[in-house]
Amino acid sequence: MIKILYFSWVREKLGISEELLKTKANNIKELIDELRSKDEKYKLAFADLDIIRIAADQKLVDIEYPLKNVSEVAFFPPMTGG
Amino acid sequence: MKVILQREVFDPGQIINKFQCDLKNVGAVVNFTGIVRNNKELNLKKLHIEHYPEMTRHSLAEVQLSSKKRWNLQDSLIIHRFGDLEINEPIMMVMTAAKHRHEAFNAAEFLMDYLKSRAPFWKKEFTNDGSEWVLSTEDDENSLSRW
Repeated sequence: MIKILYFSWVREKLGISEELLKTKANNIKELIDELRSKDEKYKLAFADLDIIRIAADQKLVDIEYPLKNVSEVAFFPPMTGG
Repeated sequence: MKVILQREVFDPGQIINKFQCDLKNVGAVVNFTGIVRNNKELNLKKLHIEHYPEMTRHSLAEVQLSSKKRWNLQDSLIIHRFGDLEINEPIMMVMTAAKHRHEAFNAAEFLMDYLKSRAPFWKKEFTNDGSEWVLSTEDDENSLSRW
């Protein structure tokens, strides 16, 4: 089981802030494909991956990052702190 | 070195005094305070800041440690607020203390660039017409590359 967190407009588009998922995905890209196949909301939220940032176990990673030993993945837009 | 994440408004003057009291043998202290400013249309009602608490704490502690090593800082402090903020209230503050001013300035600028584009915070503006997430700028996205 993997915990998935959503922030900012990604969370708003999906209507949830987190979920637990049983996944066979080997990397983030496969996880996104799996989520997209769930329903239309995910397709919309993940329509443009250029404006999605990804964290695996609280570290920024890219889309090819392997999911082996990862327990938490987060999806969010580019950050706007400071 | 300390990272403080809080909802409540803070008093920058008080923070500066406390930070400086605890220092020994430093020649330079730099502080930067980010303030909530009005939007272009001048109709901002409030600013909301969302964050990813576990990642914020880890990533800021890590970047603080790397800045300490790189610029030989004696101390540094990062405060960042989340939740609802009003115009003119402080959003965040970075303080650095070093032997010389260049080190303190560079480290503070580096920490600011990091906060702008790599720390997991997201701003949302609320106006009478509704609300909108603030978009990141290319300048902020690229500013870390100079370090």
